[in-house]
Amino acid sequence: MAERKTDIGPPHYEQFLPPVIKKNYGKWKYHEIVRPGVLMHVAESGDKLFSVRAATPRLASTKTLRMFADIAEEYCGGHLRWTSRNNVEFLTDNESNVEPLVERLNKEGYPVGGTGPGITNIVHTQGWVHCHSAASDASGVVKSVMDEMFPYYNGEKKLPAKLRIAFACCLNMCGAVHCSDIAILGVHRKPPDVKHDIMKAQCEIPSTVAACPTGAIRPATVDGKQSVEVIEEQCMFCANCFSVCPAMPLNRPDTDGISIWVGGKVSQARSEPKFSKLAVPYIPNEPPRWPTVVNTVKKIVETYAANARPWERMGEWIDRIGWPRFFKLTGLPFTKYHIDDFTHAGETFQRSLHFKRA
Amino acid sequence: MATKVRETPMLDELTKGPWPSFVREIKKSAEDGKEAANDLLGVLERSYHEKIGHWKHGGIVGVMGYGGGVIGRYNDLPEEFPHVAHFHTLRVNQPSGWFYTSDILRKICDIWDKHGSGITNFHGSTGDMVLLGCRTEALEPVFAELTELGFDLGGSGSDMRTPSCCCGKARCEWACYDTMNACYDITMHFQDELHRPAFPYKYKFKFAGCGNDCVASIARSDCAVIGTWKDDIQIDQAAVAEYAKGGGIDIQKHVVERCPAGCMSFDGSKLEINNDDCMKCMHCINALPKALAPGKERGATILIGAKAPIIGGALLSSVFVPFLEMEPPYEDLKELTEAIWDLWGEHGKNRERVGEFIQRIGLGNFLEQIGLEPTPEMVVHPRTNPYIFFELDEEE
Repeated sequence: MAERKTDIGPPHYEQFLPPVIKKNYGKWKYHEIVRPGVLMHVAESGDKLFSVRAATPRLASTKTLRMFADIAEEYCGGHLRWTSRNNVEFLTDNESNVEPLVERLNKEGYPVGGTGPGITNIVHTQGWVHCHSAASDASGVVKSVMDEMFPYYNGEKKLPAKLRIAFACCLNMCGAVHCSDIAILGVHRKPPDVKHDIMKAQCEIPSTVAACPTGAIRPATVDGKQSVEVIEEQCMFCANCFSVCPAMPLNRPDTDGISIWVGGKVSQARSEPKFSKLAVPYIPNEPPRWPTVVNTVKKIVETYAANARPWERMGEWIDRIGWPRFFKLTGLPFTKYHIDDFTHAGETFQRSLHFKRA
Repeated sequence: MATKVRETPMLDELTKGPWPSFVREIKKSAEDGKEAANDLLGVLERSYHEKIGHWKHGGIVGVMGYGGGVIGRYNDLPEEFPHVAHFHTLRVNQPSGWFYTSDILRKICDIWDKHGSGITNFHGSTGDMVLLGCRTEALEPVFAELTELGFDLGGSGSDMRTPSCCCGKARCEWACYDTMNACYDITMHFQDELHRPAFPYKYKFKFAGCGNDCVASIARSDCAVIGTWKDDIQIDQAAVAEYAKGGGIDIQKHVVERCPAGCMSFDGSKLEINNDDCMKCMHCINALPKALAPGKERGATILIGAKAPIIGGALLSSVFVPFLEMEPPYEDLKELTEAIWDLWGEHGKNRERVGEFIQRIGLGNFLEQIGLEPTPEMVVHPRTNPYIFFELDEEE
């Protein structure tokens, strides 16, 4: 039997780079968006690299990957890459291949776009496709939102700046949505439904108790069984207990749903990176097309598009006009749920007269 | 071709519209004869009717000798959907910058078509190539064939998670260090920590070539390595004049007046920058890519401690090393990392990320323990409260 290989790490990236990149590695001079979805990078040598960016649903069948391989071979000497936001990019130094590539990708249903001041692909989590703690599906909401936002993806409509949307199906945030222009986040709203029958067999009671950030879980004997009880008014539905103990499920079809957060960013450009802030605390799950979520996102995007200045990200626009005007312009209600009550909540109270007219 | 592809009236609503459809992808695999894909359609259609998922909690499965890289997943309706009764995920460590060739992509597809559901994620949130859905007995054969092809698994659980990076010098003129090389080097150096979970909780690295941070490192990684420079922004005044003449951008309004440091001035033809005040935010360089470029003395700022909300609330990473030269073999970064892991590994609580650990013991104490001098760049401002834990020497 052959020796078992382990700890070999990923393959070295260099073997996958197109010749034009190997030649000009670290010697790029500038780039331009030559048309929506197409970047042209120009090297000091004068060489040009064209990247044609196409949308994917992240979830890809091997059939689609093989088709991408065929397209890359036909137009790009077999070279392609993916972006950090789940777009696929076809890389060629031959300008005359750009037009046929764009046509082909659009025809196959993987539309070209996602560059410049607009909306690109949504980074997201697994949802009902694969996750045990999902408060909503992920891919279905993403698909529904992007169908509606499509003109901002393919360049038909422009925004003042780039707008990054992210989706996570519970507070674990595998999609780390907490610094996005618009974050769509699945939320649970009822305490765990403790399964006393399986608690002892499947969980460690001390670690389950310790998992609760508010101390709402304590050991208890229920019907003669060692288990835990939850002080319900102390539960904030974070599901950290469920992460360590399967006997603490929070998933509920009637009360799970979606919250919307706005104004975060990760880039350093102009203003510091920011967390997203709560815009809408709860919208019920409405499969298959989540119309209320879609319409709310649309309303926020259109209000931003109509009011922000060039280069102003969502959070920068809100910082300039103030939150009272954000809520007035979008028509979203401000509620007690918008006011923080967790650790350091006081830092977000308005402690001056420096607020603007709504 | 095996059984007929399931009817999914609700999911079919998600095959309409211009955006590519994940339902269409699952159907492609089902049409290809993948029973697991067909049962996935069934269980997902049911979730859409019932508004709840049908996946059970975890399960300890993996490949021999590794503690990470496989996410165990079982369905709670195994009799109805037997082909997704097991639906485990393999995280496969992606190549730096997510570059592939058609040839290698097809070979990965061959492995996954032979042993798995035919469904993938390109890519998972942390950056891995995700092979979505196989049975327990398929894990070892998939692993053997992947390693034969030159691929290895990524991280999961309380280990070093698969590092990821932007495309850096491969394509971007703004890359202040070689992100793809640094990512590869760190990944190879810490293979044991990647495959065998031994930390209090997860530890993520992300390598971004400049402050635009295309990999969201400052929000998503315990250790963010973000490219920056020490000297002056490079200006090509002739190119500035071209921009001014071209009229595509109002330099005064959209560049000078948007500079957060207020360190620029423009007289209609010449752009001046007071580099002492520059905060390296990248806005002017983003706006005038042909005219401006990062300086020549390039490196990175190292920031530590970002995380999502669970448990104690979300954190952004904060400055640990204001400027570090990023040349192979990255000894300084490796030493810093090992010092952090030693301290956090010994004193961190179960499921406590390093950012939360630092908050608990205090940044000042943390720095002292790992042997890093405090500098003013590490704080927005010095403390405002007088509750200082003075530590007197014996003589005092």
